[in-house]
Amino acid sequence: MSPYAIHAEGLRKRYGDTVAVDGVDLAVPQGSVYGFLGPNGAGKTTTIRMLATLVRPTARTARIFGHDVVADADAVRARISLTGQYASVDDDLTGWENLVLMGRLLGHRHRAAAGRARELLAAFGLEAAARRRVKRYSGGMRRRLDIAASIVVTPDLLFLDEPTTGLDPRSRTRVWDIVRELARGGTTVLLTTQYLEEADRLADRLAVIDRGRVIAEGTTAELKRSVATGAVHVRLRDPARREDAARILTRVLAVPVHHEEDPAALSAGLDDPARAGAALSLLACAGIAVSDFSLGRPSLDEVFLALTGQHTAPGPRQEATA
Amino acid sequence: MPPTPRPARHCQPGHAPPAPAAALAFAWRAALRIRHLPDQLFDVTVFPLMMLVMFTYLFGGALAGSTGEYLQSVLPGILVMTVTMTTQSTAVALNTDIAKGVFDRFRSLPIWRPAPVAGALLADLGRYAIAATMIMGLGVLLGFRPAAGPTGVLAGVGLVLLFAWSLSWVWTSLGLLARTPESVMFLGILVTFPMSFVSNVFVDPATLPGWLEAFVDVNPVTHLVTAVRGLMHGEPVTTETGWVLATCAALVAVFAPLTMRLYRRER
Repeated sequence: MSPYAIHAEGLRKRYGDTVAVDGVDLAVPQGSVYGFLGPNGAGKTTTIRMLATLVRPTARTARIFGHDVVADADAVRARISLTGQYASVDDDLTGWENLVLMGRLLGHRHRAAAGRARELLAAFGLEAAARRRVKRYSGGMRRRLDIAASIVVTPDLLFLDEPTTGLDPRSRTRVWDIVRELARGGTTVLLTTQYLEEADRLADRLAVIDRGRVIAEGTTAELKRSVATGAVHVRLRDPARREDAARILTRVLAVPVHHEEDPAALSAGLDDPARAGAALSLLACAGIAVSDFSLGRPSLDEVFLALTGQHTAPGPRQEATA
Repeated sequence: MPPTPRPARHCQPGHAPPAPAAALAFAWRAALRIRHLPDQLFDVTVFPLMMLVMFTYLFGGALAGSTGEYLQSVLPGILVMTVTMTTQSTAVALNTDIAKGVFDRFRSLPIWRPAPVAGALLADLGRYAIAATMIMGLGVLLGFRPAAGPTGVLAGVGLVLLFAWSLSWVWTSLGLLARTPESVMFLGILVTFPMSFVSNVFVDPATLPGWLEAFVDVNPVTHLVTAVRGLMHGEPVTTETGWVLATCAALVAVFAPLTMRLYRRER
């Protein structure tokens, strides 16, 4: 029995001249939540589709609970469930009907399938919408139904492809709770995300993928440590002074300064926390008022910047690879 | 904090349902879609009735001297034609499933692989049966009198259903290849329209120019219409029926495996 839920070495996928996945190594322990983090078009979806037996690798293969995804696809399918990037439920059916259909397809009799559907609708807070067509669901409701459809029969391994893309913060938190709950029940979860916060909150371990390659792997703490020991975050009272502040910080900290999305905020990696104090007093001398100043571990965004030299995608966008 | 989604108790993963159960579940899905979107039934209800009334009264006087007489020969033709023209609907639905991503979920299930297609085609038989019932019902009201009685009618309808089902496999192959549901629909019409009109449905092929008559003679719709007329009116049509059965066998032999091959293909 393989100790790994997913074990891949050098997995590759080429579409014509485009190499979508360029030698991905993965070893995901059973029972963990594994994050797969990367910007749009990095190869996350293609990798998941190979692991879920939907796409054949161009080179090498992967094993799911010891079963080969190409040679033994049926055995793999019996252990996994996939929630794709686009909600893979039938828009024209009601939530209840969608779940009953899945139950029947997974070997339940109609009665048992109906019971399980009711149970899941209740657990996911969709009882009131059970008889409504999915077309009329909100984004968050669809996503919850989608995940519910994936666990009609609890899978040993669940693939979640960007489960919270496009959701509002409340729906997102709800999906996170569901993922944690599933993991507690023993299901291994592989989730892709372009949100660093999501990986940070959910994943035990994560792989950072860029241009079809895994460029870093480890626990979130390890990844953060590998980049810098700490980080300083500054928020200015006056956004107009940001360039002045950036110049001062660059000089005193001797590291690149990162302009945050917030127009008044700056951050920088830091090896020696003692320099932070000097930075703060120099800002004060220059007459730049600071509304927020904190010292902490680097965010995953900073990790990503350090690893790839580019920022991660700022918001929900669709991945280019199919 | 949402309540805990508990694991299923009833069934362990890995126990896939038997093939017929999976196909039936998909047929159930198709039936549910019809219940939610009853306008999907227009092509097997309103459309055939409209065609029957329209062509009977439009051509009846001119082509057969009276509408009553024309009805006897045109009704089996309209039956074949309308059912033939609705055979792409499953292919269109299949293509929509692929575009929407529902298909990925089905393909990652441990089920009998042809089940989604087989189930949808099974539901199609129901749709064709509705079209046939509508046409026969209205036909009898208008004065259609099949000499071979109910047995002949059932045999004729059965043959039409078999042909339509066999032809559906052509469209499912297409549905898995085409880029958009619209192109499936358009290509389907491009083939079924001439196939049903350039036949013996409305006119005696002997009145056509030679090259066109040659096409009509090899058109499977022509054989089917002749066979159905014969079965309903009690004329001997063993050869024609044989041709139709052979065509059905050939269509299924080529396009069912092709559909399954395309289904397994990654996209």
